[in-house]
Amino acid sequence: MLSIGLGHYLTVSAILFVLGVFGIFLNRKNIIVILMSLELILLAVNLNMVAFSAALQDLTGQIFALFVLTVAAAEAAIGLAIVVIYFRNRGSIEVEDVSTLKG
Amino acid sequence: MIAALAFYVFAAILIASAVMVVTSRNPVHSVLFLILAFFNAAALFLMAGAEFLALILVIVYVGAVAVLFLFIVMMLDIDFVQLRQGLQRYAPIGAVIGAILFLELLFVFGSWQFAPDVAMLRLNAVPIDPALSNTEALGRLVYTDYILLFQIAGLILLVAMIGAIVLTLRDKPANSKRQDIAVQLARAEAVALTKVPARTGLDKLGIVRRKLPEPPKPKKVAHEAHGHGHHDQEEGGHH
Repeated sequence: MLSIGLGHYLTVSAILFVLGVFGIFLNRKNIIVILMSLELILLAVNLNMVAFSAALQDLTGQIFALFVLTVAAAEAAIGLAIVVIYFRNRGSIEVEDVSTLKG
Repeated sequence: MIAALAFYVFAAILIASAVMVVTSRNPVHSVLFLILAFFNAAALFLMAGAEFLALILVIVYVGAVAVLFLFIVMMLDIDFVQLRQGLQRYAPIGAVIGAILFLELLFVFGSWQFAPDVAMLRLNAVPIDPALSNTEALGRLVYTDYILLFQIAGLILLVAMIGAIVLTLRDKPANSKRQDIAVQLARAEAVALTKVPARTGLDKLGIVRRKLPEPPKPKKVAHEAHGHGHHDQEEGGHH
């Protein structure tokens, strides 16, 4: 119990991942909180990779986590830009209003 | 002992702040709890020996992404009360799906272990060298074996930057000065048509370059220099 191993990290990241998924369902209307939940999910993935990297004594996991971080930052920037222009056009950011394309 | 205690403290704060991110009423509080979650995740990264990633997490996420979220939340005038109306309706299904997902992950982790000869299956393992610092070891890998991925990541960031700028740029004509070639050519004094009779010399038409050192009469100089001094060549014909 007192020595921290791979299992502890995996448990924490599993809880974090599930919280992120729960957040997407809970805040179905607010796209900003959905984007924040996505950040939580990607953080859980990164935590997993770093934990495996430490457990296997292999640096490749950390490099993958670095690239996941890069893509997550790009995704946040593009997502928030889309939110801004959507708010300019429609005056709201409700996810349910996004039905212009009739999808 | 201390390390285990620290791990539990950081993990507990991380999970608690993640819960607050998801359930907080005010999105500004959500963003602030997201920042707290990133700090604690960085502490967990540090404890796992990924110092470089931990500091990158603090710099990139807390310094850039979370502040970006904060800007957007405060900049857009959003009716957050209206956005939270369906909360009770969606909470049960979210909880059910979350519970199922968590149980599945628990089953996977509970019954899972490394295969005994899994180390043989790894194609290019990069063992952590204790003589190198974490940053130096990562740099040696990223700039050699993973150079292509590194450059593609840079390209992704460039595309994201250009995309964000292009998406949100509001181009008002009053704010920017553009070159309009049609307007430029339609200016009255820019182009002059001169009828040139055939077989006459250029000096008869007056289309001659003036001799510069010799100053003309004072009155004429004043007239030409004031009005259209630089059109001497075309307009010399009708003077």
